[in-house]
Amino acid sequence: MSVTHERELYGLMAEFDNPTELVRATRLAYLAGYRAMDAYSPFPIEEATEALGVHDTHVPLAVLLGGCLGGTLAFLLQYWISVDSFPINVAGRPLDSWPSFIVVTFEMTVLGGAFGGFFGMLARNGFPKPYHPVFNARHFDRASQDGFFLCIECRDELFHREKTETFLKSLNPVTVEEVAC
Amino acid sequence: MADQVVIPQPPEKQPVIAPGLTFAKVTEQISNIVLTRPTPGTWFILFGLSGFFVLLLGVAVTHLILRGIGIWGVNIPVAWGFAIVNFVWWIGIGHAGTLISAILLLLRQKWRNSINRFAEAMTLFAVMCAGLFPLLHLGRPWLFYWLFPYPNYMDIWPQFRSPLVWDVFAVSTYFTVSLLFWYVGLIPDLAAFRDRAKRLWVRRIYGALALGWRGSARHWKRYEMAYLLLAGLATPLVLSVHTVVSFDFAIAILPGWHSAIFPPYFVAGAIYSGFAMVLMLAIPLRAVYKLHDLVTMRHLDNCAKLMLATGLIVAYGYVIEGFTAWYSSDKFEWYMMYDRWFGRYSHAFAFLVATNILIPQLLWSRKIRRNVPALFFISLSVLTGMWLERFVIVVQSLHRDFLPSNWGMYTATRWDWAVFTGTIGFFVFMMLLFVRGLPMITIFEVRTLLPQAKVHGERRDVEGEPE
Repeated sequence: MSVTHERELYGLMAEFDNPTELVRATRLAYLAGYRAMDAYSPFPIEEATEALGVHDTHVPLAVLLGGCLGGTLAFLLQYWISVDSFPINVAGRPLDSWPSFIVVTFEMTVLGGAFGGFFGMLARNGFPKPYHPVFNARHFDRASQDGFFLCIECRDELFHREKTETFLKSLNPVTVEEVAC
Repeated sequence: MADQVVIPQPPEKQPVIAPGLTFAKVTEQISNIVLTRPTPGTWFILFGLSGFFVLLLGVAVTHLILRGIGIWGVNIPVAWGFAIVNFVWWIGIGHAGTLISAILLLLRQKWRNSINRFAEAMTLFAVMCAGLFPLLHLGRPWLFYWLFPYPNYMDIWPQFRSPLVWDVFAVSTYFTVSLLFWYVGLIPDLAAFRDRAKRLWVRRIYGALALGWRGSARHWKRYEMAYLLLAGLATPLVLSVHTVVSFDFAIAILPGWHSAIFPPYFVAGAIYSGFAMVLMLAIPLRAVYKLHDLVTMRHLDNCAKLMLATGLIVAYGYVIEGFTAWYSSDKFEWYMMYDRWFGRYSHAFAFLVATNILIPQLLWSRKIRRNVPALFFISLSVLTGMWLERFVIVVQSLHRDFLPSNWGMYTATRWDWAVFTGTIGFFVFMMLLFVRGLPMITIFEVRTLLPQAKVHGERRDVEGEPE
């Protein structure tokens, strides 16, 4: 393992053989007090997310807000157009015949919610992000195929170049390596 | 009667995917189709053939724009000929894609995982074909933006009490949400393509599309939440879209259109034809690309069962239409029904009953559900039948309305056929491009189906749970 200068270091990356090992390692790292770390896997592993202690409700909130906004604006627009801006008497029906506005209101609620979910997810995940230090790890191209990784970042308070490496090596990894910034 | 309680034994389940696959193998098998394996000859032949029909579509649309919709067979009283028949047919086909990707996701039907991607692609391309027809039918398609409420110097707005305006919103929302859902599902697989591509420019393209996905557990959590919520939004949406399409008919007072059974019966019919199209795509794809491990008999069997179930709802719709016409004692309703069975278009109705109701009953047999050529043929029959159903609803109802002096006939012209076959060509063309350039099976979801994806029980050396 090449020794990178302390300031250029992003963290230490351990590779594991299977999801069970990854989840176990993540749990132990959390118990050891590490917080600035992340697990990388080619498919969603619920247990890994739990082990990291992640709690995030921004995406559902974005969907809720988007849906409310879309629906409200759609209804108000239709009401204003039909009653105020362009009133047309259709067979003597009232101008504010709100039941016929429900379809468009519903569709725009769904559209607003979907935009909220899509852009909320992208924004919270920081996408698009073409460059990230973890891509510097040697086998990281396997994280999208069949590799399972745990990276403890050096911004963590407990991070210590040698001690953290020894700790990661005790978790039964395939390899442990430095990740440059 | 014996009091004995018989506990039915579940029949032996066919596996969703073949045993013995690994994460790497699944990734390789699906991505190599695009990245390394030579494109099969069948692909080129179909590409050329469908390309011809795309050109035909171009010619037909150009001619239409230059000459106006008088080149079509539409007239008064049949003002809604092929354009609306094809619109309803195509948009119905799209519905199965959303059903598979959203509703079956919410119902935790794991078998959907290997067919959802191309079913979603099918939805997008079918909606593209569908959207073309009402636009062309406008007469002046270059003014299509008048359909949307935008501030304009004429100081006029769309009429929000009209189902045709609802349709604009329903279909455009449906397309947008389907596209977002599809793209979100693609992101992790695009990252796998980025990491496996050998050539730099290929890697750059997939890399840009993958938005920098790195498989972080934090990202996965938000990703899954967004995906689930999009599915939750798409579920009522898909039901609403064909409901709104049926309102285009049901809100009119024309006999044969003005019916309360239309919304559920249209939605069932849409899903019915959509599953037929899924089967017609899945069967050649798995044969050409040797995907028998991933798209197994169980998938085909389940699609066939869903087709049978929705087909029966459609048949029920036909029966209720007849019953309502008789029970209402309404002269015009009853005449419309009589004309449907014995009038000038009765051959279309007879053919519709045969292809849409009688032939699909073969699916009751397990043997036929497991016979791939038979499934292909039945799917073709259903697609024909569903097209005829819309033809009968649109044309037969319109050609005999209340006043005999209004009566007329409708015959499609060659330009009607050119646009229709052109959209079929366009659909196949787009599917071929999709299969060539993108993962046709959701790789990351198939990985979760493998037994080794499961996290095995707590190791005892971990003390307590993290807070």
